[in-house]
Amino acid sequence: MAAPTTPPSALADAVRDESSLRRFLHGLPGVDQVGVEQRAAGLGTRSIKKASKLHAIDLAISMVDLTTLEGADTAGKVRGLAAKAKRPDPERPDVPPVAAVCVYPDMVATAAKELQGTGINVASVATAFPSGRSTLDIKLADTRFAVREGASEVDMVIDRGAFLSGRYGQVFEEIVKVKEACGDAHLKVILETGELVTYDNVRRASWLALLAGGDFIKTSTGKVQPAATLPVTHVMLQAVRDWKAQTGELRGVKPAGGIRTTKDAIKYLVAVHEVAGPEWLDPHLFRFGASTLLNDLLMQRRTQLDGHYSGPDYVTVD
Amino acid sequence: MSDRLTVAKTYKLYIGGKFPRSESGRSYPVADAKGTFLANAAQGSRKDARDAVAAARKAFDAWSGATAYNRGQVLYRVAEVLEGRREQFISEVATSEGVPAKKAQSLVDTAIDRWVWYAGWTDKIAAVLGSSNPVAGPYFSFSTPEPTGVVAVLAPQQSSLLGLVSVIAPVIASGNTCVVITSQDRPLPAITLSEVLATSDVPGGVVNIITGRTAEIAPWLASHADVNALDLTGAPDSLRADLERAAAGTVKRVLRTKPNEDFTATPDMSRLRAYLETKTVWHPMGV
Amino acid sequence: MWEYAPAPESRDIANLKPSYKMFVDGKFVEGTGEPLKTVNPATEEVLAEVSTASQSDVDTAVKAARKAYDRVWSKMPGSERAKYIYRIARQIQERGRELAVLESLDNGKPIKESRDVDVPTAASHFFYHAGWADKLGYAGYGPDPQPLGVAGQVIPWNFPLLMAAWKIAPALACGNTVVLKPAETTPLTALVLADVIQQCDLPPGVVNIIPGAGDVGAALVGHEDVNKVAFTGSTDVGKVIQGRLAGTSKKLTLELGGKAANIVFDDAPLDQAVEGIVNGIFFNQGHVCCAGSRLLVQESIADELVEKLHARVSTLRVGDPLDKNTDVGAINSREQLTRIKELTESGDAEGAQRWTSSCPLPDKGFFFAPTVFSNVSQAMRIAREEIFGPVLSVLTFRTPEEAVAKANNTPYGLSAGIWTEKGSRILWMAQRMRAGVVWSNTFNRFDPTAPFGGYQESGFGREGGRTGLEAYLDV
Repeated sequence: MAAPTTPPSALADAVRDESSLRRFLHGLPGVDQVGVEQRAAGLGTRSIKKASKLHAIDLAISMVDLTTLEGADTAGKVRGLAAKAKRPDPERPDVPPVAAVCVYPDMVATAAKELQGTGINVASVATAFPSGRSTLDIKLADTRFAVREGASEVDMVIDRGAFLSGRYGQVFEEIVKVKEACGDAHLKVILETGELVTYDNVRRASWLALLAGGDFIKTSTGKVQPAATLPVTHVMLQAVRDWKAQTGELRGVKPAGGIRTTKDAIKYLVAVHEVAGPEWLDPHLFRFGASTLLNDLLMQRRTQLDGHYSGPDYVTVD
Repeated sequence: MSDRLTVAKTYKLYIGGKFPRSESGRSYPVADAKGTFLANAAQGSRKDARDAVAAARKAFDAWSGATAYNRGQVLYRVAEVLEGRREQFISEVATSEGVPAKKAQSLVDTAIDRWVWYAGWTDKIAAVLGSSNPVAGPYFSFSTPEPTGVVAVLAPQQSSLLGLVSVIAPVIASGNTCVVITSQDRPLPAITLSEVLATSDVPGGVVNIITGRTAEIAPWLASHADVNALDLTGAPDSLRADLERAAAGTVKRVLRTKPNEDFTATPDMSRLRAYLETKTVWHPMGV
Repeated sequence: MWEYAPAPESRDIANLKPSYKMFVDGKFVEGTGEPLKTVNPATEEVLAEVSTASQSDVDTAVKAARKAYDRVWSKMPGSERAKYIYRIARQIQERGRELAVLESLDNGKPIKESRDVDVPTAASHFFYHAGWADKLGYAGYGPDPQPLGVAGQVIPWNFPLLMAAWKIAPALACGNTVVLKPAETTPLTALVLADVIQQCDLPPGVVNIIPGAGDVGAALVGHEDVNKVAFTGSTDVGKVIQGRLAGTSKKLTLELGGKAANIVFDDAPLDQAVEGIVNGIFFNQGHVCCAGSRLLVQESIADELVEKLHARVSTLRVGDPLDKNTDVGAINSREQLTRIKELTESGDAEGAQRWTSSCPLPDKGFFFAPTVFSNVSQAMRIAREEIFGPVLSVLTFRTPEEAVAKANNTPYGLSAGIWTEKGSRILWMAQRMRAGVVWSNTFNRFDPTAPFGGYQESGFGREGGRTGLEAYLDV
């Protein structure tokens, strides 16, 4: 197996070879579906202070990877999105910018040009997104192209086929190589949890991605249902929390797809706070992959500040 | 014709599969229904009761852990062996209870059949009394009857064999073990029954039989902390409330029976239910 | 910057009245006992004055129940009884918020529990048992099992409404009439249930509710015209009642204390095990007879598990029971708080290692911070006695046999928890637990279809399911 970037010494044994990797992943504690779903639902009933709520909305906005991943994407669409990213609510300059704009590789150059100097990252999906069904060479070329065009973040997909047939070494190696191809760009590893199906698989894939050097673990491409769910994110937050406990390193989590309302976003932030811990309440460590969420956050922000409900005509449709 | 002197039997206790004399060294005379001396029986003491409880507790794990099929075969085997000694029991019951031979015959036959009846129950109790519980949530929940533990049985005073069998068989059919105080005045069939148990496949300690004064020994069993249930069938009326009060000290299950129970009638499940706990097990259903 | 808002339910929803009367023969009447003042344990303020029963009131209530039994309830077709019980179930659902807020006020339990557990489960018990009323011939007790008569029922303060439901619903379904005594410190929801019962037009005397202290309970269970006694409460009182009933023909069921082992194997789903341990001991402030108060953890993962447990328990929010964000509410009474303190001090004295959550506690009211004792041995009081509070004792084991031996090493036998991913081990363990309820990879689940009750000194008889009907039938 290819050497991982820098395996933390405590976990070096885990990645020594294919069979030790398998032993490690299968040795992780199981996840009880009913238990984790109940806990996630229970946390969902927490309510937060009004002042905290505004803070939470701004925090959530600053965590958004504003995303367009359509076959119909054009330079115009991407430019519009970039404008929205910079100033989400044109009438309210105090609204923070989002964390990143997420596009297909061929749109990276357009996005990079629009966002130059803003501090907003350009994220690109790569590695034959969303299915990942191509050769390693093509996936690496895809990655290098995106980075060359100006992506500072790469959202790769794992080979779910390999994972589900137990070829963990292959998945691991691919992540390691994509990470190399990323250079300085941050790597988010999409597990596509909707295809992994079980929470045990989500936990194993999370650890696999962390061992291979992923900076973030991300739930979904948004092209497969179910996409992000609270309990899946729960399991992934436990993985980064446990990773930190074992290695001292902080890694991030990105739920993507299906998070559309402020209420949902706040439930995720409550989970981040209680499962991983307060230090993960930071765009460097937690992101939302979303498109429509942003407008709901903006509407709710207005509601909080204006004291009456807002409407869709008061936020921009891009 | 020279008369041959018969070899008289020494009647002893039955504890842990062995036949000890009472540790107290005491015995008491047993007479037939007309008052003619029959034999000396061991007069059990509180220490005998204590030893019997220890034996019953020791036997509990294996007996309750045996398969229901196995327990059914053991109980059926008791019926077989009893059938083989039918004549002996008819004679003993006739003598003890003072009933005509024909009546004694019918009582013994019913006692044999009673073992068969309970033998057939062992592997049906769980199906009849257990349940799958349709709980409102993603859980598999089921309830299953389990034996209560060590049962102290005060055997009926009148019905020396059929009554005795009718109170022992339901206790052990479900996996309990027991300590039985026999009819005080008619103990001999019980001792002979213990020989049957010892030569069937009933493991030692599953049934322990003590002869003697019910009123003397019963309070020690009623208050014994390692006894889980108490059958008051043969308790003297004057003692019943006291025994029940003593049993309350460790929250024993107490079977209060109606007076003059007719043991010739086909039983229902109530004596089985009396010594069963219900255990409910839950597990989530998920992938 | 990240703070949870106080999100209190309005106490107005409880429709709290300055005084409450007892409910006898279909009417709310003043009792002739000394009135009691019920206190909000979260604030120590008096909530209401409640009239209590005297000995003669007990007699009046039993007479009313007898009359209702003889003249109405025992003669009514099961199908009609069923409809009354269904009505009660519906009304509890309709008045769910009122009952939940009132329960949290009077008992101190968090609103999220009274709202999500106590009240809905109370309704579901009536709903479930209603259906039995005209199907008793199918319950396995013969073609036409008969009721016992008048049931005297005494319930505890930890689940005031839910325990009333557990008692009343099966009694009515089987055709008995009821005199119920709620706990001295938590009489209110039972009296609102009486109001529900009145609104449902249940015939007068079928259900009578008489508040009071232990002496009222004693008079009730000792009353010569009571045919059935059901008690939920401490093992000590249960023994007294059993002794008191000796030599009578009254049928008795007891649901008493516990000291449950929650056993965690090294292959357990650890994060969910942590949740289950937390739920097992901190649910309802640990005022739960089946609480998982003894954590038995396999030595190889003990340190890791305890560390995770401390981290998780630190996130529990202790405080205002009416706040929807509250995880652990108030201890029900000063007396109980004193007992918890006394027992935890014995833990210190006997050498266990105490860890206490650093969560802030309110200035007034009866509160106790979640506490975990490590290095506990079987011989310590905190490993043997029921603390009935938010206090967990952690013990370790090495082999499954040792886990079984330690788990069963108690005169109690109400519940047990097993955490392992290995199916065959779960079944092996479950079979060996001498406990009436075994939760595997979960804890503290309740359902009217699932029989509940103890082994040994945790009592006898079951509540719930087909099995639970036996307690109220003459079989």
